[in-house]
Amino acid sequence: MKRLGKQTISFDSPPTIVETASIVGPKEGQGPLAKYFDQCLEDEFWGEKTWEKAESKIIKETVNTVIHKSGIPMEQIDYCFAGDLLNQCISSSFGLRELNIPFFGVFGACSTFVESLCLGSVFIEGHGATNTLCATSSHFCSAEKQFRFPLELGNQRPPSAQWTVTGSGAAILSANGNGPYITTITPGKIIDMGIKDANNMGAAMAPSALDSLIVHFNDTGRKPSYYDVIVTGDLGYIGKEILTELSESKGFQIQNNYEDCGVLIFNKEEQDTHSGGSGCACIGTTFSGYFFKQLREKKINKILLIATGALMNSMSSQQGESIPGIAHAISIEN
Amino acid sequence: MKPLETKQEYSNYVDKKSPNSPILKNCFNAFWVGGLICSIGQIIMDFCIYQGMDKTASSTVVSIVLIAISALLTSLNIFNKIGKFAGAGSLIPITGFANSIVSPAIEYKSEGYVMGVGGKMFTVAGPVLVFGISASVIIGIIALLFT
Amino acid sequence: MDFLQSIDWMQLLKCFVVGGLICIVGQILIDKTKLTPARILVIFVTTGAILGGLGIYQYLIDFAGAGATVPLTGFGANLAKGAIQEVQTSGLLGAFIGGVKASAGGIATAVFFGYIASLIAKPKIKKQ
Repeated sequence: MKRLGKQTISFDSPPTIVETASIVGPKEGQGPLAKYFDQCLEDEFWGEKTWEKAESKIIKETVNTVIHKSGIPMEQIDYCFAGDLLNQCISSSFGLRELNIPFFGVFGACSTFVESLCLGSVFIEGHGATNTLCATSSHFCSAEKQFRFPLELGNQRPPSAQWTVTGSGAAILSANGNGPYITTITPGKIIDMGIKDANNMGAAMAPSALDSLIVHFNDTGRKPSYYDVIVTGDLGYIGKEILTELSESKGFQIQNNYEDCGVLIFNKEEQDTHSGGSGCACIGTTFSGYFFKQLREKKINKILLIATGALMNSMSSQQGESIPGIAHAISIEN
Repeated sequence: MKPLETKQEYSNYVDKKSPNSPILKNCFNAFWVGGLICSIGQIIMDFCIYQGMDKTASSTVVSIVLIAISALLTSLNIFNKIGKFAGAGSLIPITGFANSIVSPAIEYKSEGYVMGVGGKMFTVAGPVLVFGISASVIIGIIALLFT
Repeated sequence: MDFLQSIDWMQLLKCFVVGGLICIVGQILIDKTKLTPARILVIFVTTGAILGGLGIYQYLIDFAGAGATVPLTGFGANLAKGAIQEVQTSGLLGAFIGGVKASAGGIATAVFFGYIASLIAKPKIKKQ
């Protein structure tokens, strides 16, 4: 493990992503990526009484699925890193309370998935663990209830609003394996450019994605064209356009190989999701479902994954605070 | 494009990048749905007066009936579709007030009937009552001083 | 059927237009500002109470009927009107009683149906 430049860590014996799993809600199951997910639910409650219980069940079942698919016995998984959007990360801790694996609750808002992957891979590289489990979840209904309004309220969503993805993504990292490898990680700084509009998360988070992107390229000496694809978490249509233009203004041309999970996961016109998807599960499920399969089938070999998060809560926006953003980047290569 | 350095530059840039709401379409929908709801109210009012009720009582009946209809449509998960289409057209009439009381009542049922339904019922509509009633008390006192 | 023949269509048209116009004001606030629904409702009820207190809103009610009473401005005007009227009969006490008394029907109905709805309805996701 060695430090590159200001913020990047490169691994000497890069951990392998052994297996991933993803479960999504019904709306995501009608979206363009439906066939890549392990399971698409038919209703948001999934037989539970509350949205919060449903979200816990989704992350629990996703973790069970990834462990089952990996073939690694439960007791050989050393640590679990997981988090979500609900207060005090209750979806993860309640969903995984019967897991019997040492647990780190992680909060990075919608960047949680890559934050977990960063921590999980450092534990392996530092020989503190052989196998680690990284997971995240979000649920449209529980997020609306906590951050916005009751679902039955007849309000209009502005065009810049994004739709929280219902679902969960999970990955198992291992010291033993032959790729795809996590080769470098670039944990991001908190960046606040003063955006206060909680209905325009993409714009609030784009500057942090830009910062991590530039730092990553400067630290590693790589160029955007080094990667087959550069993927951001949930900037959505507006944030994607902003990031493309801002990085061009800084001398990095990314428009040819840049994708955003919030753009990919829904069909904007048919599903009426305005500026695209958001939430922890947006990059969690899109990477676990779609991009990981592409990596494994060698359709793509080098990917830069940048998960973006808006570090706010409903109280901070009521108090008129601006929205700080964060973005963690990792490169995954075959 | 020049690199953006300050928060102000970025904020101006974001404003330009963010799409505007389709305000003409929204206003048109708000106009006819809002007008329609008021007209339904007017017909109920006329009917009450036709039945021999006085104006004040008729007006109260209008509120009660519209609120009841709004509560029913909220329970059936229809009101939020009307609201999405009509915006202020269903928010500004008394139906929007009813929806803002009934919707948290349903949503927070999972936190129990006392602190969930009872406590959260006024999360959206509470301010309306606080400011409306306070204003009425102040106006009453002013009226007392000037008469 | 006598009732249908007794409907004043001109009055209904005035009601439709005025009610619709008041909603357009609300829609412009939604689209052009970042105000939340709760704030917009507060603005409307307070404006209605002030206009009602000044006696201006009554002209609109006389002109448009339900077109002026059904929007929340009418709710506010009704609160103010109730307080003013009660002050005439009960003095200072009336300032505290009148507003709520005049709008008690609406408030009680909304609370009651909110409670009933929570008993029977289940939260559901917006399909769109």
